[in-house]
Amino acid sequence: MTSSLLANLLTEPPGVAHYMTVGAVMFVCGAMCMATKRNALGVLMGIELVLNGANLNFIAFGSKYLDNGGPQLGLDGSLIALFVIVLAAAEAAVALAIALNFYNNHDSIDVDRADQLQG
Amino acid sequence: MDAIYWPSVFFLIFGALACGFALAVLLSANIVRMAFYLVMSLAATAGLFFLAGQEFVGAMQLLIYVGGTLVLLIFGVMLTSQERFVNMKTLAGDWVIGMIAGGALLSLLTAAAFSVPEWRGPERAAVENLPIEPNATPIGMGLLGARVDQIGAPADERAGMAGYLFPFEIVSVHLLVVLIGAAYLARAKRRSNPLPTG
Repeated sequence: MTSSLLANLLTEPPGVAHYMTVGAVMFVCGAMCMATKRNALGVLMGIELVLNGANLNFIAFGSKYLDNGGPQLGLDGSLIALFVIVLAAAEAAVALAIALNFYNNHDSIDVDRADQLQG
Repeated sequence: MDAIYWPSVFFLIFGALACGFALAVLLSANIVRMAFYLVMSLAATAGLFFLAGQEFVGAMQLLIYVGGTLVLLIFGVMLTSQERFVNMKTLAGDWVIGMIAGGALLSLLTAAAFSVPEWRGPERAAVENLPIEPNATPIGMGLLGARVDQIGAPADERAGMAGYLFPFEIVSVHLLVVLIGAAYLARAKRRSNPLPTG
């Protein structure tokens, strides 16, 4: 079963489902990074992974080389992927500025120490 | 047995690299190594974009993400890398809960992806005969408000397919505002007397 699946993967083109699987692995890794890392920059890296996993799905649905007759995004997929990339850059800049400010004020980058708003 | 379809081989290589380095980001406790693994994972994702025929988005991924955003992140790592923050271990209880939730989500997403017949791979003959056309020009025209890919659609269908000029403007101004705000937030604190004496 496994060997036939691998042979199928080597001789047949990949489809949207294969791209979605890779995207799902990246998404789950990123979400778990956001949940478990204690370093604020580690949480940021998790966000980047989540955005990339989602971007991979947009690209897969916009590609005609993976199309097997399902609904297609066409050019919209790649344009939305571009917007996601730009917005991720903006998000990283602001989040990094906040992390640096937190580090300057509290002398720590541990997210568990950021509890001032709870009192 | 059929001949090997080389794009599938490259898909396997890039997909394994992207997933493996994403897992390495999750499992590593060292923030500097995490940054390096993230660079490799995002570069492999750019390879997947190229394989899907979206070469412009792949190039932008390499330029903006790997070249810009991650350099920013690595600067953040360098500016905060005191001895006690480089290695921060996750608590064991967090690992257990995270693994349960993550494993459930991953199995659900994978099962959902493979449950739709149209999302499985297309026939090899259908893909091999597709013409190769670069998509940088349609993307650029779409950002300027002209959808050259929908030129053959009937007029009543094209009415709802405006271009992306307005979102492009909004995202440009948004990026400018955000960068000014970030520069203001992250500026160096002047703790000394603003009017130096003597």
